[in-house]
Amino acid sequence: MPSDSPPAAVPAPAIPASTLQPPPSVMALFFAFAKMSLAGFGGVLAFARRGIVEEHRWMTADEFNETYALCHFLPGPNVVNLSVVFGSRFRGTVGGIAAFLGLVGPPMVVVTILGALYMRYGEVDALRRVLAGVSCGAVGLLMSAVFKMMMPLIRRRDVAAFVVMVLVFVAIGLARLPLQLVLLVAVPLSIAITFIMRRRGTA
Amino acid sequence: MNQDSNPLWSLVWTFGLMSLFAVGGANAAIPEMQRIAVEVRHWMTDREFADIYAISQLSPGPNVLIVTLIGYSVAGVIGALAATLAMCVPTAALAYFVSRWLARSRRSQWPAIIQASLVPLSIGLMAASALIVARAADRNWAAALATLAAAVLAASTRLNPLWILVVGGCLGFAGVI
Repeated sequence: MPSDSPPAAVPAPAIPASTLQPPPSVMALFFAFAKMSLAGFGGVLAFARRGIVEEHRWMTADEFNETYALCHFLPGPNVVNLSVVFGSRFRGTVGGIAAFLGLVGPPMVVVTILGALYMRYGEVDALRRVLAGVSCGAVGLLMSAVFKMMMPLIRRRDVAAFVVMVLVFVAIGLARLPLQLVLLVAVPLSIAITFIMRRRGTA
Repeated sequence: MNQDSNPLWSLVWTFGLMSLFAVGGANAAIPEMQRIAVEVRHWMTDREFADIYAISQLSPGPNVLIVTLIGYSVAGVIGALAATLAMCVPTAALAYFVSRWLARSRRSQWPAIIQASLVPLSIGLMAASALIVARAADRNWAAALATLAAAVLAASTRLNPLWILVVGGCLGFAGVI
């Protein structure tokens, strides 16, 4: 979860393009993503980076950051987008599907089993207490992820971005307005603000 | 439980739509998931939602798997599959086509501007997520304190997040939280 933060959080040790390995096969894509995903507690991004850039050397760190930036900017689960874009770059549509199935399939089996256990034993007192404790940890992790993402804005003293952030927080977290409605207002507003600020910065 | 004749269809519709609006990833969509699952569709209680969030964090894999659990609790294994695919496929298809298109077109300044402008939105959404799960999880002072400790620990060290969850679980089992 903390590692699914913006691409800026990913440092880039330089690996020369000449050491890149040949493109993976469809099966290799499936197993590589399954492995990264099953290792990925609290977000898969860090593991995907390590696997793709450092272990398998299928991409340079810069290529990885660019690919991830695209997936972060599109809606939906970022790492899922990444798997499809990455897989299809090497092996077309089939490769994209293989990487996606590797990423989502095996952990889905794990989480469904956990869900079934919860449905069955969810009211057992000991399990209730354990889950209450895990929840505290999970919320803490989410808070630290928010904090880490906020730091660059604080450092830049980016007041406009801060105002947009607080408005979205209030609209979604406190007023509980529907997401689509909030985005319909907030996305054009934020794009306009960013555009004007950049204009002013370069003028 | 819900008025719709076919819960599978409402799962697919709900998450298919959410997929295309989930700016900032799955964790930023938590408030919307909670709003729909608890308040609009009455699929589960607030406490069950908090439990499911904890379970999804406890298991490996992408954060989007909370959707699998919501689907499972509504319509079993088929529901889990339907909800997960509905949440992943529309945006994955979009990513696929956009990446092909970007590879062919000249780079303009717009992708960078749009990306920069979405950052504060994602943070606001994730902050709202934290508030909503915290409201359900932190029912007493000990829990709130443990949450704060976990947040500080995660922000200041490079500890594997799994350990923070395991320690939380142990404290809960011991009856401290």
